[in-house]
Amino acid sequence: MTNKLEAERPLSPHLQIYRPMLTMLMSIAHRITGASLAIGFALLTWWLVATSMGPDAYSFVQSFFGSFIGRALLFAFTWALIHHMLGGIRHLIWDTGTGLDIPTVERFALGTIVGSVTLTVLVWLIAYYVMGGL
Amino acid sequence: MVQLTLPKNSKIKKGKEWNPPAVDAEPDRWREYRVYRYDPEGGENPRVDTYWVDTEDCGPMVLDALLWIKNNIDSTLTFRRSCREGICGSCSMNIDGTNTLACTMHAEDTKGAAIAIYPLPHMPVVKDLVPDMTRFYAQHREIEPWLKTDSPTPQKEWRQSHEDRDKLDGLYECILCACCSTACPSYWWNGDRYLGPAILLQANRWIEDSRDERTGERLDDLEDPFRLYRCHTILNCTKACPKGLNPAAAIANIKRKMVERM
Repeated sequence: MTNKLEAERPLSPHLQIYRPMLTMLMSIAHRITGASLAIGFALLTWWLVATSMGPDAYSFVQSFFGSFIGRALLFAFTWALIHHMLGGIRHLIWDTGTGLDIPTVERFALGTIVGSVTLTVLVWLIAYYVMGGL
Repeated sequence: MVQLTLPKNSKIKKGKEWNPPAVDAEPDRWREYRVYRYDPEGGENPRVDTYWVDTEDCGPMVLDALLWIKNNIDSTLTFRRSCREGICGSCSMNIDGTNTLACTMHAEDTKGAAIAIYPLPHMPVVKDLVPDMTRFYAQHREIEPWLKTDSPTPQKEWRQSHEDRDKLDGLYECILCACCSTACPSYWWNGDRYLGPAILLQANRWIEDSRDERTGERLDDLEDPFRLYRCHTILNCTKACPKGLNPAAAIANIKRKMVERM
């Protein structure tokens, strides 16, 4: 066998053909939410900086966060934060060496999805209630 | 490195349909198989060919169907197989979207209407369904999968308690078919430096062996951001293992041992 043949060998397909599974999708979701937290915290920093810059800057930021887009962004940020946190707890449990059998793993995955959505909605309901929006 | 798409020479072309069943053929008798083909001598890109298998004339497993195709339709179809009972690990491939052994996979248990068959993912392809396993075996060699001792060799055997022997259950059964490693996205992107689930499960088999006297040295060799810690607990490995083993748990065990010895 020549080295030329070896060098020319094609790479077998991977992502293109692998059946998406819950375990794999949860891992991708954990990464995406983790990365998007950077954007969320940039927004938070913007708000903090505005508080120190005076009433004009503050009211501008407040009106942005009060707008529909602003609220949608904050809602997505809340969900990403909670989803990533629950995912982190999942990983913490796995690091002890337990909960790694597939039935448990899939229960964790469903728990993370249901839990993150429920907690996000709950946080927002409480926030609206406290602010007198409900 | 993460490259989500296939290189130019690996893009899959449309192949040929070999034996479409007659229009008046009995319904449900012919099963469609879409099989990855690559001919190293043709100079062409890989393609996916379609074959129809007569289920009345063929055994129940996917390997039976591949052999039926090879015997009845296309003798050039190339794949590895040996024991046909899930102990040699030769016929590992990607069937219906997941890695498994063709010989223990019932054709009826597949989800797709047509059964798609590809070589193990993200591997250099020698021909058709035969991947080049050189690096995988070299990585196995790297963890030195044999008993390493300092005490004088006993007259008879190295003794081991029943409890210590039990610790090897779920580890020694691994047949090195590479279904788990080639299902792992971390191994896809960093297979040159990350050892992958199969080899780490083997490493754990020797770390857990009460007779082995170089446990510390073995852990030292794995203490590396890539070799061990590229495992991100994605769990495709455990999902894929056709022997029902749990490489993810084995890797978690090594990680825990690393922490415990600090």
